[in-house]
Amino acid sequence: MFAAALIVFREVLEAALIVGIITAATQGLPNRARWIGGGILAGLFGSTLVAGATDYIAELASGMGQEMFNACILGLAVVMLAWHNIWMASHGKEMASQARNVGKSIRDGAQECSVLFVIIFVAILREGSETALFLYGIVTAEGEGLRTAVSGGSLGLLGGVTVGWLLYNGLLRIPLRWFFSATSALVLLLAAGMASQAARFLIQADVLPSLGSPLWDTSALIEQKSIAGVLLHGLTGYDATPAGMQVLFYIAVLITISIGMKLANRPATVSATPS
Amino acid sequence: MLRRTLAVAALSLPLAAFAADPEFSLVIQDHRFQPAELTIPADVKIKLKVENRDSTPEEFESHSLNREKVIPGKSSLNIFIGPLKPGRYPFYGEFNEKTAQGAIVVK
Repeated sequence: MFAAALIVFREVLEAALIVGIITAATQGLPNRARWIGGGILAGLFGSTLVAGATDYIAELASGMGQEMFNACILGLAVVMLAWHNIWMASHGKEMASQARNVGKSIRDGAQECSVLFVIIFVAILREGSETALFLYGIVTAEGEGLRTAVSGGSLGLLGGVTVGWLLYNGLLRIPLRWFFSATSALVLLLAAGMASQAARFLIQADVLPSLGSPLWDTSALIEQKSIAGVLLHGLTGYDATPAGMQVLFYIAVLITISIGMKLANRPATVSATPS
Repeated sequence: MLRRTLAVAALSLPLAAFAADPEFSLVIQDHRFQPAELTIPADVKIKLKVENRDSTPEEFESHSLNREKVIPGKSSLNIFIGPLKPGRYPFYGEFNEKTAQGAIVVK
């Protein structure tokens, strides 16, 4: 049961970290809870669909369907995270300060809400479909499978959600002065990490060259499967043995989003009034 | 006619590139990899065909190889690996980690 719980925990953790960061980062956005809740539900439902369609997806693109599917989903998430961070760079400060004051409504938050929905949906879909497949395997294979799946699954789910909740609460404790920079930095790293993962799938499908596999190996320092490795992977896209192409994607996304944020922030700082 | 020849040539180009990568195969049966150790040449990209003879899905996963791919039950899929430096690269089946263990040895 604990083996099953550990695997579910690892998958849930990755999604929970993203949900925790995004939920904290959008503090003060009107109707936020409804969109986040909707994203989680849609993600869970989508997970079962994707898990059920595994055989079909696998056969697409001459047997490279999984890689292409994952790369597309990750690419979508990167674009959404980029949009979110750039939008936040121009609206975030006012929003965060209003959240702690009276909670005035922000008119153009609607678009940001759908972005929020997609990010949460994609995060849950990716990890959820693998978890569903794994649990399905247990249920059909073992004699006591159903019990193992239910108990291990819920224990892992509980653990993962707890860590995400702790992260969310920890982030909310950051003083307002640094809050915006801290959450943007985390979202930036999430996006870069996902871009690196997308590159990994494209290399695996032989769409892109690896440009050095691996470029370096830090598994002696922080093993990928250790708690620290899993946390760092979920938060910053840490990879102990990255291919050159992954590092290239990572850096390119870091730089592109940072430039976008700089540009978006410029007019906002002119009009911003100190609170 | 020329057009047709060109089209055929163009269509077979990717196939030629495909065939150039040496192929290796791996079987999953009773949640174990056969062979558990696979030797491949260094500094070339290879195509690894993983055949899952079990009825449940398995995830081929390796941190050192940086690969993860779900192999549905009763099916086989390819995974491109390398080019790699000489060494030992362990892999495992994430859904049945206790028994599904193996390694690629690059020489």
